[in-house]
Amino acid sequence: MSISTNLWVWLAAFLTLTIYSFLYKDNIMYKFAEHLFVGASVGWSIAIIWHLTVFQYIIDPIKEAVLNKDVLGFILVLVPTIIGLMYFSRFSRSKGWIARWPIAVTMGYYTGISITPSIETNIFKQVEGTILTSFNPGSLGSWWALLLLVGVVTTLFYFFFSVKHAGFVGRTAKVGIWFVMIAFGASFGYTVMARVSLLIGRIQFLLHDWLGIIK
Amino acid sequence: MVKIILILISLAVFISSIFADQSDIIEVRDVPNDDGSALLINWEKPDYDVYGYQIYRLDQGTNEYIQVGEITNADQTEFIDYDPRYPLIPGVQVQYKIISLDHLGNELEVVGTSELFSTQASLFNFYKVNSFIATAFIFVALILFLNLARKGKGLFIRKIAGLDALDEAVGRATEMGKPVLYVPGLSTMDDVATIAAINILGPVAKKVAEYETKIIVPNTNPIVYTITHEVVKESYLEAGRPDAFDTDQVYFITDVQFAFVAAVNGVMMREKPATNLFLGMFWAESLLLAETGNITGAIQIAGTDAVTQLPFFITACDYTLIGEELYAASAYLSRDPILVGTLKAQDLEKAVILFLLLGISLFSLINFYFIHSSAINRILASILMVNS
Repeated sequence: MSISTNLWVWLAAFLTLTIYSFLYKDNIMYKFAEHLFVGASVGWSIAIIWHLTVFQYIIDPIKEAVLNKDVLGFILVLVPTIIGLMYFSRFSRSKGWIARWPIAVTMGYYTGISITPSIETNIFKQVEGTILTSFNPGSLGSWWALLLLVGVVTTLFYFFFSVKHAGFVGRTAKVGIWFVMIAFGASFGYTVMARVSLLIGRIQFLLHDWLGIIK
Repeated sequence: MVKIILILISLAVFISSIFADQSDIIEVRDVPNDDGSALLINWEKPDYDVYGYQIYRLDQGTNEYIQVGEITNADQTEFIDYDPRYPLIPGVQVQYKIISLDHLGNELEVVGTSELFSTQASLFNFYKVNSFIATAFIFVALILFLNLARKGKGLFIRKIAGLDALDEAVGRATEMGKPVLYVPGLSTMDDVATIAAINILGPVAKKVAEYETKIIVPNTNPIVYTITHEVVKESYLEAGRPDAFDTDQVYFITDVQFAFVAAVNGVMMREKPATNLFLGMFWAESLLLAETGNITGAIQIAGTDAVTQLPFFITACDYTLIGEELYAASAYLSRDPILVGTLKAQDLEKAVILFLLLGISLFSLINFYFIHSSAINRILASILMVNS
């Protein structure tokens, strides 16, 4: 057993234990770690945004545009910056409504830009992967492909909202939800395994890096 | 004299053939249907032993070649120059130089130098024609169903258990005198799940305002925070209770995932909300949030389109909106003709997808067993052409 003499390892171990103390109940040590974590993360985010966003995308390009007398480049940076700055109008009671403009721009932009990727990845790619292009009764792969097609079709029935889930539609939708639940069960088991490996990593840190009990 | 002329002509032909050879064996073409950020380079394999090539580029206005690629296969004589570190600018001329490599990776000799070439940005990406048709179809369906819904036709939406429980959940919070916690996911505004979560927040906040209960909306993204703040404020106004809106109900915590979770868990343990609503996009924090809410005894309704997180919500929450049920929720709650029309249009899209799945599968199988035509296969594949 060789306990670590590194101050930072002690600090990390202390914070790990304070966070784990939440498993017993909410307590002052957890509150301390929670506030420290939130405060440190916000501070870190501000520094990152300042250097990697404000400087990289606003200040430096504006400087460059001014030096090169690039009017178009200057406008292309200035307009989005002004739209972004409108968010700060929320600090004023009388001018707070101005914040709705950048909200409208943001909502419109993101909704529009997600249309094509959504169609390609959520529809075309999935349909392409599900379509049965050949079938060989002697091949297990063909039967899996058929099962996939049946699963997708019945699951789609479950997600019809305009039709009452009764009769044929109801029965098909029920088969579909069985497929969904089996998939969720598999996903649950897989993810739990991944989470357990995270816990093992933390325990390894405590027993190896900190206490030196295990090699 | 004639001899001299002949010698000069031969010399000129010889010199020009050296240069012609060098540029002819390297062909540079623009990659079609892109934003002008890529070029395709082809060259002929030299007639001596090579083990690879290095590709160099000279940009107009510079006097130094930069290495843009390396190939370690002598038979590969094609290279696409696309590297964000060395971007190509449409209209700016470039020249390529290919150098052969020996088995140790040492440069042997110049295979050739290309002519000057510049990329062109395409106005339209023809690989996305099917996306365009699908988008146009969605819009037409949307307008059609919107008009129908406005006339009060086809407003039926099947029962969604998780949403029926929402009234009960808000009512319970009112009876217990405790707040409702609403977490609109941890994603940004470009996520459809976040947009759906914000759409649901409106009717929920309105209900909360009508019941004179408190709603807590912690946020992890500054832009989402601004929007949720406005949505909740607007809902209180719609409910006729603008005075009851407390600006501190909606707040930003941090954009770091687990710091946010630690804070929200703390809120759940201290404020003890009677109802927890986790709607939007979630990652590894889903079980941490839902499990803590379960410990506090709150009614929990979750909804996400994150397939890997849904099992955790199903395990730890009372009701879960699975995938598209989340998108349908806002229409279901508000019965607003615009939203109901959108939902109906989505159902039509699903019917088309169903038709495509079954139809193309059936045609493919008929072709596979009886017709054996590769042309039919190509046509069927082109319907779902997914290229970038």
